[in-house]
Amino acid sequence: MEPLDEELEESALELPSEPMQLNMGPAHPAMHGTVRIVLELSGETITKADVQIGYLHRGFEKMCERGTWTQCFPYVDRLNYVSPMLNNVGFALAVEKMLGVTVPERCQYYRVALGELARICDHLVCNGAMAMELGAFTPFLYCARAREIIWDIFEEETGARVTHSFGRVGGMARPPTAMFKDMVRSGLPRLLFMVGETEKLLLKNRIFLDRLEGVGRVSKETAFALGWTGPTLRSTGAAYDVRRAHPYLVYDRMEFDVPVGSAGDNYDRFMCRQEEIRQSVRILEQVLDQMPDSGPVNIDDPRIVLPPKEEVYTTIEGTIQHFKIVMEGVKVPAGECYSYTEAGNGELGFYLVSDGSGTPYRVRIRPPCFAAVAGLQQLIEGAMIPDVIPTFGSMNMIGGECDH
Amino acid sequence: MSQKVLELLKAQFGSKILETSSQFGDDTAVVEPSAWREVAQFLRDDSRCAMNMFTDITAVDYPDRDPRFEVVCHLRSFDKGHRIRMKARIGDEYADGLEIASLVPVWEGANWFERECYDMFGVRFVGHPDLRRILMYEEFKGHPLRKDYPAQQTQPLVQYREGVLDKLAPFGADEGMPFGRQTHDISRNEEAN
Repeated sequence: MEPLDEELEESALELPSEPMQLNMGPAHPAMHGTVRIVLELSGETITKADVQIGYLHRGFEKMCERGTWTQCFPYVDRLNYVSPMLNNVGFALAVEKMLGVTVPERCQYYRVALGELARICDHLVCNGAMAMELGAFTPFLYCARAREIIWDIFEEETGARVTHSFGRVGGMARPPTAMFKDMVRSGLPRLLFMVGETEKLLLKNRIFLDRLEGVGRVSKETAFALGWTGPTLRSTGAAYDVRRAHPYLVYDRMEFDVPVGSAGDNYDRFMCRQEEIRQSVRILEQVLDQMPDSGPVNIDDPRIVLPPKEEVYTTIEGTIQHFKIVMEGVKVPAGECYSYTEAGNGELGFYLVSDGSGTPYRVRIRPPCFAAVAGLQQLIEGAMIPDVIPTFGSMNMIGGECDH
Repeated sequence: MSQKVLELLKAQFGSKILETSSQFGDDTAVVEPSAWREVAQFLRDDSRCAMNMFTDITAVDYPDRDPRFEVVCHLRSFDKGHRIRMKARIGDEYADGLEIASLVPVWEGANWFERECYDMFGVRFVGHPDLRRILMYEEFKGHPLRKDYPAQQTQPLVQYREGVLDKLAPFGADEGMPFGRQTHDISRNEEAN
């Protein structure tokens, strides 16, 4: 019997091959957040990638130009809806920078405490979701349980679980409740236990590690040029943390380490976030020890802070003050400023332009994950399709923030 | 904090630095638009500036001023820890001549930020490798963050677009989505009546 291919020419034996285009998203089950990645594939290797964002664009910057400065708070809440408190505090600090006021010490501690709780939330969600997308569902549920502890605290303090709208120019909406310190104190050990359990499940798991180690590697120089900040930058070995480099609030009194990675791969990004949870807990413990139990939370300036409700109802001055602030807004001096804080994903910047009125002339947000997602393309080119999932997960794209 | 950088820039570029100012602790240099990339290159490469961290690029629309738009760029140095804001004023009142050199050759991270700036303001970055809309869709008309773009403005209904996968449309091109926008779009409603 003759071999089948004897009469055929060499070229006819090869299968026809042309690059295949594949759409990932905008609603892909393994993508948290609406993002579309158009991939050009050769086999299973990605030759070209185009990351397309904008599905969650809500015109945040345009909306801010239509209300008062205080009315921006609900909008900033919805930027990074995983850690809204950090955005609240970031925006409040930016406006206060222009007004030239500093909030009382108790408020500064309070903001740091709430901010760190929100940061833990952010990291838990990112790492949990990343594990879930790789098939490990239990760690995600553990993270969700741990997040529940924090959300209970937030609910008690602010009345809302997710979008708190709790920040105000010149203070906070309400002073800390009497049980705040106890709640945090009792919650932290339980939280750390959950974090430990999550790590136990994941960090000896061969499947999990193989998909993280050495995947999505990036060098320090590239990360700088891409504008990366936060855990994504620190995983490459550059110890840049706004809290340490340009301390704001009371971070200069806190003792904490800035965890850095060495390889800049997915594993390092994962571990940086895990370690930052522990560092945040450390900061929280110090805050609880140092935070005064009494004292004002808002600054004492009737042009900026709303008067107490009793005064509004009983005195004419209070009524006028209230009316002026609500109807005209806080008058912010004309000029421009760039204020930056460390949010869950990195440097959250607000570039504000004021024309001296109660309405912002321009509010520009510099979302940290926008830069991170911009770098995704070059990370996944040359990789395989399964590598997209953990790499995308470790960028921690938050749709609201990335798409403005 | 970064007064030294401003001094350096003035010494290096002379009249190309139109003005410098410091407000709220931020230091700003207004740059001649033609020297935009040159100044950026200097800021990155000079060892006394070492601005290796690209932070942000955006624009602001001032309809009353003569060069109507301001392109604003924020930079930071990792080693020195200082920051600077660099601005250039471009464009006339009809938003003509809204062009400036792209900074992508200097910091590759500028890519998406410039695309966003183009999307929102219509600033064309000369030398950008891939200047297309990023947050809005291709068919969007106008540039939403300009002050003369009304916030209530509605956009025409987009025809069904042939996707990259060449999927067949489940409905004809002119009959998609008979609901939704209609109530807001007065002209469209009138046509229907």
